[in-house]
Amino acid sequence: MRTPPRNLFDKVWAAHAVRELASGQTQLLIGTHLIHEVTSPQAFAMLKDLGLKVAMPHRTFATVDHIVPTDRQTEPFSDPLADAMIKALRKNCAEHGITYFDLASGRQGIVHMVGPEQGITQPGTTIACGDSHTSTHGAFGAIALGIGTSQVRDVLATQTMALGRLKVRRINVEGKLGPGVYAKDVILHLIRTLGVNGGTGFAYEYGGAVFDRFSMEERMTVCNMSIEGGARVGYVNPDETTFAYLKGRPYSPTGAAWDEAVTRWRAFASEPDCTYDDVVTIQGADIPPTVTWGINPGQGIAITETIPDPAKTKEVDEKAAIVEALAYMKLTAGAPIKGTKIDVAFLGSCTNARLSDFKEVAKYLKGRRVSPGVKAIAVPGSQIVGKLCAELGIDRVFREAGFDWREAGCSMCLAMNPDKLVGDQLCASSSNRNFKGRQGSPTGRTLLMSPLMVAAAAVAGSVADAREVFGVTQN
Amino acid sequence: MALAKITSITGRGLAVPGNDIDTDRIIPARFLKAITFDGLGEGLFFDARQAVAAAGQVHPLDDARFRGAKILISGANFGCGSSREHAPQAIQKSGFRAVVAESYAEIFFGNSTTIGLACVSSDRADITRLTAAVEANPALDVTVDLVAREIRFGGQTAQLTMRDSARDALVHGRWDPIGELLEGAEAVLATASKLPYLAVPQK
Repeated sequence: MRTPPRNLFDKVWAAHAVRELASGQTQLLIGTHLIHEVTSPQAFAMLKDLGLKVAMPHRTFATVDHIVPTDRQTEPFSDPLADAMIKALRKNCAEHGITYFDLASGRQGIVHMVGPEQGITQPGTTIACGDSHTSTHGAFGAIALGIGTSQVRDVLATQTMALGRLKVRRINVEGKLGPGVYAKDVILHLIRTLGVNGGTGFAYEYGGAVFDRFSMEERMTVCNMSIEGGARVGYVNPDETTFAYLKGRPYSPTGAAWDEAVTRWRAFASEPDCTYDDVVTIQGADIPPTVTWGINPGQGIAITETIPDPAKTKEVDEKAAIVEALAYMKLTAGAPIKGTKIDVAFLGSCTNARLSDFKEVAKYLKGRRVSPGVKAIAVPGSQIVGKLCAELGIDRVFREAGFDWREAGCSMCLAMNPDKLVGDQLCASSSNRNFKGRQGSPTGRTLLMSPLMVAAAAVAGSVADAREVFGVTQN
Repeated sequence: MALAKITSITGRGLAVPGNDIDTDRIIPARFLKAITFDGLGEGLFFDARQAVAAAGQVHPLDDARFRGAKILISGANFGCGSSREHAPQAIQKSGFRAVVAESYAEIFFGNSTTIGLACVSSDRADITRLTAAVEANPALDVTVDLVAREIRFGGQTAQLTMRDSARDALVHGRWDPIGELLEGAEAVLATASKLPYLAVPQK
């Protein structure tokens, strides 16, 4: 009897399910555990209290990202708390035999950059990390889960975690994206359409012609923000693009093992005619360059639209949400978002700080200047991206335009390092969250957008349509 | 490891109304600069409290009438955003033992259950009723009864819902899964042996 066609999630789940627990949840084997300095120290302390060891140190990989200063990575850090955190991570890794991509390795970066760059992130695997943006790794056809610190402890101690099975929603983006429309716009549009909690209980499987054409870096941008739509997991089926990206990376298999791995990886992809718990289809041509105006990533509009007016909605929750967001954002209902003056432009984060992001912006930024009065910073997501940008002269394009070019880290996405907004500064940001206070000032304001839109805002001094500022006519 | 059986929680309520309250708001990122969870309670809703104070008002968490509250009441999609366990830890370290909200973000819900913080759901009308009762009488005892699946307050009752796996884990004292996960060690190795990428690399 032929088994019914299955989707990738079901296959990866079946391959990693150890057993059913008393609660009805599954004990799920986590093949790859990524750790960083913020959510792991307490987990190591719990491990110690319980007298336990790391179960699979060879499947545990660490780097330091959240607290790293980006002006100069030299130690000791001026912030003693940050310094204590990097020291604790270094000590815990040494003690437990865990591979650690330290500042001096040349391979440090945001944990969600390091996994793919090193070839650690692979199709058909399970990945966990104490960070909600772990969904990024799903771009490779992995089931990648953001977890809390107690679960970091569980994975350290047992290489497993307790988890209830997720439903799967297939999201097709068909046709083509318009000029000046990027992967970031796709995910901002999806979150706006499906809601910030629309994905609760779901894994999102992204597909369709737009994803088939997307590079790995574009797929990562979309998968990265799955959690902003409430979906703990987001993934794209592995294909030739995936294999080409992984070939020759430090942790990728070589020789005969490579061919075997590709055969195995290919078999994890969702089969034609498999079933999903839900299917959503969107036309690429309907996705505009999108920018958020509020205090959650679902509060987005097309760059050509006006800021929502609470008087125009009868829905009680929506009205209250708009009123609260406008009060915090100090924006005017009904006004165009375009032309809103900005104070800071931030190009970085695990959403958009990869080589292709900087390359695309540099193409248009060359010869242009950041508007006086705008503080613009560009922060490569990893040391490798920084190095590649330097080799290609991309860093120079940014510097000559008036951007501050920094070293690798999470930086102003969540401002656990010295990069912070001041007062109620308004920031055009390529990051993933516009929550109140997210960028380090309790009254700071964030507008999420694509990297090219950040550059356009930096040049114009106000929120701008990158297609107009840079004359973008094709993509 | 014997864990407490969490069958019901009784104490005062405290409402922080609103939908989509994210974990950055529950505990701003700067409070995550630490290598322990100690002292996190002070950071709970820190910026929101400051903002309310700056507007000349009193945030419920700073209102003496609600001091000692054990049950936090909120809206839909509570705990969205960052996976920081610091958020439920800060709530628990501030004395709360249960949260009553319309719905929760996935990761927050799991993190809370694992540390024995009961996150139960109720519908909007019931939460409105509960909030009104608590605000009218902050000393009112609220009982979140996981066994009877109901919330009782001042002679009123409201139904609560909770995912079975979490409810059973709390009620039967196995909300922290580490013991059970460790018991599966042999089965873990059997599963791992079928996955080539987990093999120990040859030096």
